[in-house]
Amino acid sequence: MNKDILIKVCMGTGGIAAGGEAVIAAFEKAFRSAGISASVEKNCSVHKVGCRGFCARDVLVDVIVNGDKFTYEYIKPDMVERIVNAHIKAGIPVAEWLVKDDYHTFHNKQVKVVLSDCGEVDPEDIDSYINRGGYEATKKVLTAMSPEETIETVKASGLRGRGGAGFPTGVKWEMARRQPGSVKYIICNADEGDPGAFMDRSVVEGNPHAVIEGMIIGAYAFGARYGYVYIRAEYPLAVERLHLALRQARERGFLGEKILGTEFSFDIKIKLGAGAFVCGEETALIASIEGKRGQPRAKPPFPVQKGLWGKPTVINNVETLANVPYIIRKGAEWFAGMGTEKSKGTKVFALTGKIKNSGLIEVPMGIQLREIIFDIGGGIEGGKKLKAVQTGGPSGGCIPASMVDTAVDYESLARMGSIVGSGGMVVLDETDCMVNVAKYFLQFTQAESCGKCVPCRVGTKRLLEILTRITEGKGKEGDLELLEILSSDVKTTSLCGLGQTAPNPVLSTLKYYRDEYEAHIFEKRCPAGVCKDLLTYSILEEFCKGCTACTRVCPAGAIIGEKKKPHKIIQDVCIKCGACFETCKFKAIKKG
Amino acid sequence: MTQSKELGEVNESRVNMITLTINNRQISVPAGTTILDAARRNEIHIPTLCDDPRLEPYGGCRLCLVQVKGMPRPVTACTTPATDGMEVETSNAEIERQRRTVVELLLSDHPNDCMVCEKAGDCMLQELAYFYNVRENRFAGERRTYAKKDMNPFIERDMEKCILCGKCVRVCDEVQGVAAIDIANRGFGSKISPPFDKDLNCEFCGQCVSVCPTGALLGKESLGKGRQKDVKEVETVCPYCGCGCNLTLHVSRNEVVRVTSKQDTVNEGWLCVKGRFGFNFISSPDRLTAPLIRKGGAFAEASWEEALGYIAERLTAIKSKHGPDAIGGLASARCTNEENYLFQKFMRAAIGTNNVDHCARYCHSSTVAGLATVFGSGAMTNSIAEIEKNDVMFVIGSNTKESHPIIALRMIKAKRKGAKLIIADPRRVPLVRFADIWLQHRPGTDVALLNGMMHVIVKENLVDRAFIESMTDGFDEEFKKNLEPYSPEAAESITGVPKDLIVKAARLYAGSKKAGIYYTMGITQHAHGTDNVYAIANLALMTGNLGKEGAGVNPLRGQNNVQGSTDMGCIPNMYPGYQRVTVPAIRQKFEALWNVKLPDKDGLTAPEMLMAAEKGSLKALYIMGENPALSDPDLTHTVKALKALEFLVVQDIFMTETAELAHVVLPGASFAEKVGTFTNTERRVQRVRRAVNSPGTAMKDSLIIMELSKRMGYEMNYSHTVEIFREIGQAWPALAGMSYARLEDGGIQWPCPTPDHPGTQYLFKGGFPRGRGRFTAVTYQPSHEEPDKEYPFILTTGRTLFQYHTGTMTRKVRPINAVSPEPFIEINPQDARALSLESGAKVRVSSRRGSITLKAVVTKRPGKGVVFIPFHFKEAAANILTSGTALDPVAKIPSFKVSTVRVEKVS
Repeated sequence: MNKDILIKVCMGTGGIAAGGEAVIAAFEKAFRSAGISASVEKNCSVHKVGCRGFCARDVLVDVIVNGDKFTYEYIKPDMVERIVNAHIKAGIPVAEWLVKDDYHTFHNKQVKVVLSDCGEVDPEDIDSYINRGGYEATKKVLTAMSPEETIETVKASGLRGRGGAGFPTGVKWEMARRQPGSVKYIICNADEGDPGAFMDRSVVEGNPHAVIEGMIIGAYAFGARYGYVYIRAEYPLAVERLHLALRQARERGFLGEKILGTEFSFDIKIKLGAGAFVCGEETALIASIEGKRGQPRAKPPFPVQKGLWGKPTVINNVETLANVPYIIRKGAEWFAGMGTEKSKGTKVFALTGKIKNSGLIEVPMGIQLREIIFDIGGGIEGGKKLKAVQTGGPSGGCIPASMVDTAVDYESLARMGSIVGSGGMVVLDETDCMVNVAKYFLQFTQAESCGKCVPCRVGTKRLLEILTRITEGKGKEGDLELLEILSSDVKTTSLCGLGQTAPNPVLSTLKYYRDEYEAHIFEKRCPAGVCKDLLTYSILEEFCKGCTACTRVCPAGAIIGEKKKPHKIIQDVCIKCGACFETCKFKAIKKG
Repeated sequence: MTQSKELGEVNESRVNMITLTINNRQISVPAGTTILDAARRNEIHIPTLCDDPRLEPYGGCRLCLVQVKGMPRPVTACTTPATDGMEVETSNAEIERQRRTVVELLLSDHPNDCMVCEKAGDCMLQELAYFYNVRENRFAGERRTYAKKDMNPFIERDMEKCILCGKCVRVCDEVQGVAAIDIANRGFGSKISPPFDKDLNCEFCGQCVSVCPTGALLGKESLGKGRQKDVKEVETVCPYCGCGCNLTLHVSRNEVVRVTSKQDTVNEGWLCVKGRFGFNFISSPDRLTAPLIRKGGAFAEASWEEALGYIAERLTAIKSKHGPDAIGGLASARCTNEENYLFQKFMRAAIGTNNVDHCARYCHSSTVAGLATVFGSGAMTNSIAEIEKNDVMFVIGSNTKESHPIIALRMIKAKRKGAKLIIADPRRVPLVRFADIWLQHRPGTDVALLNGMMHVIVKENLVDRAFIESMTDGFDEEFKKNLEPYSPEAAESITGVPKDLIVKAARLYAGSKKAGIYYTMGITQHAHGTDNVYAIANLALMTGNLGKEGAGVNPLRGQNNVQGSTDMGCIPNMYPGYQRVTVPAIRQKFEALWNVKLPDKDGLTAPEMLMAAEKGSLKALYIMGENPALSDPDLTHTVKALKALEFLVVQDIFMTETAELAHVVLPGASFAEKVGTFTNTERRVQRVRRAVNSPGTAMKDSLIIMELSKRMGYEMNYSHTVEIFREIGQAWPALAGMSYARLEDGGIQWPCPTPDHPGTQYLFKGGFPRGRGRFTAVTYQPSHEEPDKEYPFILTTGRTLFQYHTGTMTRKVRPINAVSPEPFIEINPQDARALSLESGAKVRVSSRRGSITLKAVVTKRPGKGVVFIPFHFKEAAANILTSGTALDPVAKIPSFKVSTVRVEKVS
């Protein structure tokens, strides 16, 4: 009989959504009914683990028998019995359900630091983290390192803020340490708001103790007694696991009075964000914690001088903090050995869009964009052509396919007119309209502008209106110049990062895809075939068989014709939904 | 150097100065100054829509963007501190282009209906559109439109004209301490809104209206009555409480149509609901417009000749038959110094009696009696502006936020700057929200509370030994022995305040370097009011909190000129300037000044006059602008006394409850119809200016007195009010250095003995008028009435925010009556439960003197066993319940703050 059976079921948000809980229950039930639980007792366990990145294949299950690990994908509860019988009892893995080659290529070029324990540790069990070296870093700094040494180590590692701005973390801590006053705060910014971004969510859900540990170390380094985690309420699982982790850390003496018997005391509170994107901006975040409307204020003073309740405050992003314990454990040199000259370490990205392998990835800084898209991501879906990569979310920009050899680091992306940002990476193909992409992001920033400053509140609205009229075929001569000048003024005159970066999607698409804008305005044509108002559907008589499939799906009743004779679309009635185009088996519908 | 109208030139240390260049000009400013302020100080214009120097910087409108050398992007001048060596450029083609974009963006979301907009000509957005010559709009697009109208009675809120500068939100929170509005929604849909977009329901101070740069916020009563370019502006002083707020009356077609206030004033431009929106009484159709003589049972209109002749005839007859002391006069705390001076001069010189008094008897006579005895002067020792310099404020028996709203704003400002606030009040008054310590003592137990605090201070040796030794008398063993029984435990058992809080408050007060005490009627209106005042003086003396800036004893005066009317000698024992009528040398001085023989004994106080009237020894009473038939205690008795008079003359602007009892009613002029001076609570003498003509034949009160005096055989000829003011200076040295010209700009605080004297910001610098400050041992005396089975509640009376005094003026103002329409009694939820009462229920409230019926408001404001009724409402006059015989033995002030009553539900 097997000695050691370990089942790890992905229970990140993706895993849960795919039915992870039922899969766990199925394993437990199968073990019980097969008598395995009784015979191997403690050595048989089913663990929930955090996100391992490849959410598209959930539920992912590791079956580890005597140390031999096999990973299954797309697991449903009804598949469990066969796995238990064949793999665990008979020792023959179910080959057709195992992950395929692309699972491995997805992981091959990744380097996992922040995510190294995600998918391995049980986020609801502190021991699981401790068994993999967790809280060693806390012990090390509290017992063997001075605050100055701690800061020096983080400085030497070259760690920069992963929330987007890329400010050196150790320098920020040092500035906070130099501020006068005995009351200082550390805040973990877990208000991840970029559309499509789920890096921080996955880290908190998958390995909350790493974030807590990062905060403890930071607090020790610059002298904070209390910390806050500002986390969006829309992340209920992350919040729950964080609460649990804080409780466990307190029970084990990693938080609270006189931590590990030293003179250092520190504790953390959770503050829930109420869904305002702008609260990810640090001064708005502070206002929100203080119970005020989440609105940014002018800097200086910077939070590190005058932050929460008027006291010196360090705000670090989740991923930044989660890096810290590993840096302390493995040393600054190890961390600095990864990445480029100015951008050290790794960066987590949420890879989405028209890509085969979408999911959460961690790559060394400086990796080529091409490697991410074609090696890790497996290239474009449906054999289409890569058009652009949008990075940095609504504050970022589009990098055209022609520049796909660029390195992914703070400096290189900035040169492209984009940013690393918090780590959103949306892949666009030839069927994406760049004007529409810009419009999408402007819709987002306009809705999320706090309304405090005029250029952001009204300026983004006007940008959006101009983009909208272009996509509706109502663009005028001069609109592009107006977009450029208004974008530039909004960037320059806005109060906070939201407004200062909101026009980036417009400017970068205008820079690389001006012809596409011009086609909309002057030819009343959307080259990608996305903008409805610029589309017409017509039937090519020579191909139409008169099968009537299109008339049956047309919701507007716009298609007429006798059976077995060519049909016709009445343009006045057509609502351009594209249903006929999708349905026609004979390619008889022309779109354009 | 900056100028302040209140304090003259502000001393600015040159130590912490930095130098920057703005547009190549070298400029030195104190460290911490923003670029915008630095530019303003040097008359360099930078446009802004969201900045107000009185509010925290915001940085929202982005118009004040300037280029700073070395900075990658332009910065907002309003939020960026100037630093040494900084090089700033406030204007260049790029910046102007960006500013124009901002203006254009704002206009793209604005109705642009300047043709019919109330604010046209006074609108900052319109100004910018003009300067940037914005005609076509490149960004024309969707505009915010709102169907909902705000139905509150005061403030028109047109949010389509709002540019989201956030000034209203900030002023409401930072200055007013209310936070009734905030920005709701996000992005383009952002909107300033009360909670849940309901109608505005707040203190209606209109601070928001005053800072709004566009036509988004306006006073509803002013709509359609004249725009800024067409009005005449008249600077004057508010006719309500004693804060002395400066008003700018906007006059159109002989009507005051709007009230604003300038920033460089004692009130920093802030006003309360009454000051800003309570002006419509001036043009009320109910104003008295002609003299009225009672003929038979009814009044008949008469000519001035007829009315004055009749009064002179009757008074002369009574005087010759019963002697001058059979006549009494009540002057008015609403009238000017000049009018009050003439009034007491008329009583003393023309009638020949010292029977002159006024409503100060009912508010601060115990202050005058108490503080004058121990210090030698009985006014506020410090200035309103000095509140900001307090490190501890001790507010006792004062509902400052409602009764002295603008002084409360200074307290809130001080609090924001870090001062601590202790409040002692039986009710949870609105200012308690800002308090560090709230002592909720039982009404009438102030002496026990204060002695309890002093017990702690002496025991813990927190006294200011050096001050006591050099500046005071009477801090002896006997004094200390008197405090011995008032241990915190004993004080707790009397006052109901937990002993720990008493100790905490004592330590906080005594531990401060600059503590200010602020008190009003909660201290003075007791049968032991003078003792209360002594106790307060003792506390300040033993901690050395006197004779220096930002530390002192400050009785807040409740009416626009109650300080002045007392100063002017409208009290039975003193001539103008607190000079005793019984001192021969002083009397001779006034006989010489007035050229007449004067009576040599003290006259009757107001309550004594009424008692004398009831007894029959006082035959005639001349009342100028007071309404004792509603404001005096035990109204049944008061009205009986007034009715017993042979002859009653009332001079007022409305037919008051008292005027209805008169034999002759004379129409006087409102504050907006005359010139003169008011003296506010901080001893500041300020100019009152005429804005409109009086209605009908109504006449200035000073002219009425002169005409009458002439007919009584004592000529008073002043061709201009300034001549009266000059005579006051001759009578009282403390005003001798003032002239109308010197008062032109912001007024002067007395004493101001010589024309080159700057006035006196705070009293007792270097010593007390009586020499040394005197400690006076006082013991706790239970109030005249204690709750019993029959009358189980303690009734305390007072004011509300919206109404004023007997409502003569405020109840003529439509929006005020919309929010404060009727009398009510506040009762604690525990008591209400016992009586099965809910808010809105009708109750009968009875005391030993009478009963009234009114609506119950169940609230935790009063403690258990205490009820509160405002005295503004004639429909259920609180003073039917109060006692007219429980008087302070020294000051003769009645015990308005403690009566016992019974409350019954009326089905």
